Amino acid sequence: MLVSVYRYNPETDSEPYMQDVEVSLPEGKDPMVLDVLNLIKEKDQSLSYRRSCREGVCGSDGVNMNGKNGLACITPVSEVVSRGKLVVRPLPGLPVVRDLVVDMGVFYKQYQRIKPYLQNSSPAGGRERLQSPEDRAKLDGLYECILCACCSTSCPSFWWNPEKFVGPSGLLQAYRFLADTRDEATEERLADLDDPFSVFRCRGIMNCVSVCPKGLNPTKAIGHIRDMLLSRAT
Amino acid sequence: MVTNVLNYGRSGVADWVVQRFSALILAAYTVVMVIWLAVNGSELTFAQWQGFMGQTWVRIFTLLTVLALAGHAWIGLWTVATDYLKKSGVRVAFLGGVLISLFSYVVWGISIIWGF
Repeated sequence: MLVSVYRYNPETDSEPYMQDVEVSLPEGKDPMVLDVLNLIKEKDQSLSYRRSCREGVCGSDGVNMNGKNGLACITPVSEVVSRGKLVVRPLPGLPVVRDLVVDMGVFYKQYQRIKPYLQNSSPAGGRERLQSPEDRAKLDGLYECILCACCSTSCPSFWWNPEKFVGPSGLLQAYRFLADTRDEATEERLADLDDPFSVFRCRGIMNCVSVCPKGLNPTKAIGHIRDMLLSRAT
Repeated sequence: MVTNVLNYGRSGVADWVVQRFSALILAAYTVVMVIWLAVNGSELTFAQWQGFMGQTWVRIFTLLTVLALAGHAWIGLWTVATDYLKKSGVRVAFLGGVLISLFSYVVWGISIIWGF
């Protein structure tokens, strides 16, 4: 199978280029894209990419495969290969450090900005802050985010304004704390989001939903935030 | 909180509400005009057209629509400009042109609607 990999080493290359590599896949098996990258790295040690758990939990190996973002470790080659060719590029919209490794700085900055931790200054009733099963259920579909950045880097609004628009991943996390009955900072959180960029740059095109490897729905969470902002303002 | 001196209401919710509300006004005006033209359009005379446009409710509705159009266009083009025009000089020049055009349309619209 022909694999075309994005290569860029800022120390030696004046500009990025695509490297075509012929990879022979094991007979009768459908390996993951990460396995293919590992096969290429066996031959060419200079290829750089991030990976860790190789089972879709750590979120390290988010890459763009034949035009669609996803985790290389849980994406079967057969699912993305088109006309016998696999094209692997780094996540779009973030600065490339080397080959498939991107600088996630601005992505983490937006995550930090939404204060991704429980804020509650009242003393806990007992040993811990209890929630009813119904209240706990409100966090389902929100807390599972692994911060792989597949969604935010597939979002044009994030490409154009990564410093100002929080992005689907950050907003999913923002709603995770807005929806948490134990959190007391709802007003401060909403006040920080009520500007034309942070939330409202979302145009609802749902690229984030289409690529999320965990099957989460940031667009729906953004809709909930918008509703909260609207009822706060009226 | 991200702020920008040129946006319409300084608040994302305000922009969002104005954008949707003005869209409803524009849609309602379009429906009224299309229906009226469908009913009267085949042999429309100038006198008929002037008679229709001269009614007070049509004048008020038209003025409301012109204002809604200006607000709608400003928020929309401000959004497009902040997405695609990255050099602030270029963006300010573009938005300045938009602002002058929209203001001219509003003044011109008023003179057309109320000037006869």
